[in-house]
Amino acid sequence: MIVEPYVKNYLSEHYGDDAFRTLAGYEAMGGFAGLRKAVALAPEQVTELVKASGLRGRGGAGFATGLKWSFMPKTSDRMKVIVANGDESEPGSFKDRLIMERGPFEVLEGILISAWAMGAQRTYLYVRGEYQEAIRALESAVKQLHARKLLGKNILGKKGFEHDIVVHSGAGAYICGEETGLLESLEGKKGQPRKKPPFPAQHGAFGLPTTVNNVETFAHVPFILDRGVEWFKGRGTEKSPGTTLFGVSGHVERPGLFELPLGTPLREVLGHAGGVRGGRRLKGVMPGGLSMPILPPTELEVPMAEEFLSQKGTHLGTGGVMVMDESVCMVRVATVVSYFFRDESCGQCTQCREGTAWVHKLCQKIEQGRGTEADLALLGDVPALMEGQTICAFADAAAWPIQGLLRHFRDDFEAHVREKKCPFPESFEL
Amino acid sequence: MRPATRAKIESLFERYPEKRGALLPAIYLVQEEQGHVDADGARELAALFELEPVEVWEVLTFYNMFYTEPQGRHHVYVCTNLPCSLRGARTLLKGLESHLGVHGAGTTKDGRITIGHEECLGSCGTAPMLRVDGRYHENLDLAAARRIVDELE
Repeated sequence: MIVEPYVKNYLSEHYGDDAFRTLAGYEAMGGFAGLRKAVALAPEQVTELVKASGLRGRGGAGFATGLKWSFMPKTSDRMKVIVANGDESEPGSFKDRLIMERGPFEVLEGILISAWAMGAQRTYLYVRGEYQEAIRALESAVKQLHARKLLGKNILGKKGFEHDIVVHSGAGAYICGEETGLLESLEGKKGQPRKKPPFPAQHGAFGLPTTVNNVETFAHVPFILDRGVEWFKGRGTEKSPGTTLFGVSGHVERPGLFELPLGTPLREVLGHAGGVRGGRRLKGVMPGGLSMPILPPTELEVPMAEEFLSQKGTHLGTGGVMVMDESVCMVRVATVVSYFFRDESCGQCTQCREGTAWVHKLCQKIEQGRGTEADLALLGDVPALMEGQTICAFADAAAWPIQGLLRHFRDDFEAHVREKKCPFPESFEL
Repeated sequence: MRPATRAKIESLFERYPEKRGALLPAIYLVQEEQGHVDADGARELAALFELEPVEVWEVLTFYNMFYTEPQGRHHVYVCTNLPCSLRGARTLLKGLESHLGVHGAGTTKDGRITIGHEECLGSCGTAPMLRVDGRYHENLDLAAARRIVDELE
């Protein structure tokens, strides 16, 4: 069990301290200073500050948080809802789990600040069902907030500032991390994403005006309010300020979490993780979770921020960095990747449901040494027929990593077809 | 379902603007009582939620953590997504399956353990791992994993 990152920064400074998971401890370590400053401002000023901070969502898409908040209707005769997305399921990503387990009050304080800014009365905090420890930590934290009247009516003595938080457990479906899939799931339905428009701000959870943000995104907000926009913009890059918890896994000496400024070069991130295990050579790195295209070892200088990674044909995603050493068979990687997306496709759109099945079948066939030139050509074609053709971004997420593997490691695929077997005897087992 | 379970479910309704919002939590509660939710269970839930049984059934079968068939007394899952596979999770899963005499996902003959693989569980930095009855065991090798399952009654 990880209790704190190997490299800490403002977000995770106190994660190693059990007292930080209690309200008294959290306040003693500076907690709720951000909320106090927020309620001294008009709600729209808080949204403006978050806009000015440049905070981008940490759930994978990197959308501007303050802008998202501004989409919420100013006045509404219906209840306004916040949904905190703690459904972390992106393979290679394990930061939200630590944030919820070790810093639950950071998330809840961020939620309360956003509730003040948007005039929302209710939050549904949707946590993936497998994260039982996180659910326990958050439920306990919510209870403590109630006891201290930091939830309920007239919070911090502000008339009309009324809020409640419901922790809601998911039940094991990757697609529920997609914001409208999550909303369907929250409503007690299959987690099949919705067509947009209407967008959640108009028609969200239970048809109510809704804003969905990732839990890490909320956790940054108290620091922006307390320490100021200029302070926040002083770390990270101009377009991607602040830190994130990079999760490094796979073939490194020291897998784990590292809270580093966005824009930290990939080489430095890997250095913190002790480099490739056993002094072996690096073969490839997936920089942003399983959905994001792989990078070859020639790209280690890239700063880990969206604006730089997108120039390299990939994305920051959730900052889940998966490292593969020279032993790895990239056709096996494609087989694991394609199995996952076939398994998790919600089945709603034909291009995705059928495409993910075809891609997996082809990867498997090639991996087993039964693939032909025609199969390899088809594997090149199918992802392009899925990308951008469906209701949600899942099909893109299924297509991109396969395209990345074919772009940078085509030799591995061709060798399987030519030799009619896997030429990497040392590779991890399937 | 027992009256106490029904009462617990009904107490959840007020948390949601529409009571259907309580369906996933309700399924967990029935599962806690009965181990799985079969067609009869789905009908009971449907009546309670004023839904058609098929509307409950489609939810039950959509999510990995809901079971429509009887399960072993213990659940043992090995994460086999990429970060875990890179660190030997599939070798570990095969070792555990043969240790338990189960080949492919399934339940031991004595009904003690249901074993299977799962997709990413967010333990990528502590791979490979097992999820046993909801609890995570991390940084394992086969010997440690065998010790954990051997202790299950």
